[in-house]
Amino acid sequence: MLAAILVMAGIAVAIGLALGWSAIRFKVEGNPLAEKIDAILPQTQCGQCGFLGCRPYAEAIARGEADINLCPPGGEEGMKKLADLLGVDPKPLDETHGVPKPKSVAFIDEQTCIGCTLCIQACPVDAISGAAKQMHTIIAAECTGCELCLPPCPVDCITMVPIAEDLPHWKWKHPVVMLRQVSGDSGA
Amino acid sequence: MSRELFKFKGGVHPPEHKAESSARPVRVAPLPKKLVIPLRQHIGSPAKPLVSVGDRVLKGQMIGEADGTISAAVHASSSGIVTAVDLQPVPHISGLPDLCISIETDGRDEWVEHGPLDYRAMAPTDLRMRLRDLGLAGLGGAVFPSAVKLDPGATQHCPILIINGGECEPWITCDDVLMRTRADEILQGVAIMRHLLGSTEILVGIEDNKPEAIAAMRAAAARMDFAAEIMVVPARYPGGGAKQMIQVLTGREVPSGKLSTDIGIQVFNVGTAYALARAVHHGEPLISRLVTVTGHVLRPQNFEVLIGTPMHALITLAGDRDGTTGVLMGGPMMGMPMPNLDVPVVKATNCILVQSAELFPPLPKALPCIRCTRCADACPAELQPQELFRFAKAGDFGRAQEYHLFDCIECGCCSYVCPSHIPLVDFYRYAKSEIWTREKDKRAADLARERHEFRQFRQEREKKEKAEKLAAKAQAKRAELAAAPDAGAAAPSEADAKKALIAAALARAQAKKAETAPQNTDHLSPGTQREIEEIEARRAKIRELARQPLEPDEKP
Repeated sequence: MLAAILVMAGIAVAIGLALGWSAIRFKVEGNPLAEKIDAILPQTQCGQCGFLGCRPYAEAIARGEADINLCPPGGEEGMKKLADLLGVDPKPLDETHGVPKPKSVAFIDEQTCIGCTLCIQACPVDAISGAAKQMHTIIAAECTGCELCLPPCPVDCITMVPIAEDLPHWKWKHPVVMLRQVSGDSGA
Repeated sequence: MSRELFKFKGGVHPPEHKAESSARPVRVAPLPKKLVIPLRQHIGSPAKPLVSVGDRVLKGQMIGEADGTISAAVHASSSGIVTAVDLQPVPHISGLPDLCISIETDGRDEWVEHGPLDYRAMAPTDLRMRLRDLGLAGLGGAVFPSAVKLDPGATQHCPILIINGGECEPWITCDDVLMRTRADEILQGVAIMRHLLGSTEILVGIEDNKPEAIAAMRAAAARMDFAAEIMVVPARYPGGGAKQMIQVLTGREVPSGKLSTDIGIQVFNVGTAYALARAVHHGEPLISRLVTVTGHVLRPQNFEVLIGTPMHALITLAGDRDGTTGVLMGGPMMGMPMPNLDVPVVKATNCILVQSAELFPPLPKALPCIRCTRCADACPAELQPQELFRFAKAGDFGRAQEYHLFDCIECGCCSYVCPSHIPLVDFYRYAKSEIWTREKDKRAADLARERHEFRQFRQEREKKEKAEKLAAKAQAKRAELAAAPDAGAAAPSEADAKKALIAAALARAQAKKAETAPQNTDHLSPGTQREIEEIEARRAKIRELARQPLEPDEKP
């Protein structure tokens, strides 16, 4: 009887030690859930969710402090992915935080630009090149379309230009034949 | 010696319709008034334009240079004046325009200076660069820049070189006719490929429905100083696909996600070999090719066509008929419908197939998938098309990729056998392009994240640096004051040091102010002078007040 108790106690202590040791030895740095959420977020860094960028929003979601439907650039799809990851029910996007827009890049009207550098300071991804009293320009390939440069511009010389579809960016559309047929059949 | 032939799984045997166009001799298409030459004719980066509007160009002159490793040059197909460098309709299913160079031909067809290359004496790298500049790209359909494929690299060896004369797709006969009429030059091209790749074994695969081509190639091979084995393979679509040809000739399969060079095999189309021979032995860039014009036309036949010739001109030459319902570039299995007929012939144009309701009756209504798996039996890539279809339709692209969507060669066998007439290949193309777009978005997001994080790091660093710099400056000043003989003894405490600093700064500012004399103090009227004096007096008084210690009653 006593031997059995001692053996069980011994095993418990051994396992406890092993667990305790591995908790220190294999400690995961940072919050892996926030990492995963951040990977889904579109990284526009636009702040429409009310946080200072994608990472803080991801951390807030991970802590359970923010809802999953606050990111308009991620759209319906991004929200569904977050719902999938977190095992919660998808919910419609919160329109108070903005609505999804077609992908755009900022464009500076170089004739009007006065070189104030305010937009450069606002850009979250350093996608504007220029210097004080020099013309500024957008590095289109790096612009996330966050629109954060629009409000600070004193001369309103920045516009958002939707990315036009050209040959390299063209993609196959979902074949619609089936969909039409099925709806026609069910309607008949 | 006769080798054992192998088989590939699946495949179909649609009606061949080859006799229509192969019976007539090759005709040289007349020089059109206007050539439109797209800069993106190959896989990889488009060529960079070298000419501008108004320039006179000669036949064979490079008008767009290769940009990057995977790229090829484009050339003027005839002499004339450049009339535009702008967006023009190109043969692409989307109907979107692309950058093209338009040339108004002058009818003189004047060649640029060109001559043969001594390929044996040239360094392989130089030769490949020349081939890139001569615009060589695979003419079998993928239009991959040939110079890249002709580089065996440091680690890759291609002991087996396969020349693909399969031409399995119905209606098309341009490779057949090329082999019949220009077998010697094809094999001369093969000799150059062999030289560059160091291949020891050369296999030429031709489907058994081209007896004349087989005979011509055998006769030509006998005249060559190297061994090239002409192998007759059974005609079965898509036996002319590179992977299928490799499997039939060697019995080896290209592993999923790998290239044929990974198993030591390189494959070229016969047309590419011919173009290579023209390039090396005559110095001619790739400015023309054989194009089959067939289907619903009066005289289906093959034309030797300059790149940039409008497609409607060729259809008119072959005799257009009423009742045309559409035009495909390529064959009926893999061809792309053309949005309009003003588009030019490009390096990829092997066939212009004119459709009519009789020859190509519109497909019946697509019905739901009944999961009969006939598509799986027909799939030469040994995939599960019915599952791929389910995932692609539902937008479950991850699962589609798990089911090896990217091994699909889009041959169309599955759609061909589908009893429900589902356009299966369209779904796979949609899924593939959706996946590519997502990967691109992911890369863009990663870049944005990296740049945002770097910006935050930079701002933090700048803040720290600024604070450090200020601290260091203050420290230096304090030390300087402490070292000064008069102040050193008088200001030992921290507060006094600070006061001394302020006093020093004030003294500096005043000294500076005194240095810069005002510009508007000469030749003043007595009235103005008096006014200034009054103001100066007031200022002096204020200064005096400021110097006095604070009165106790001012404190709250």
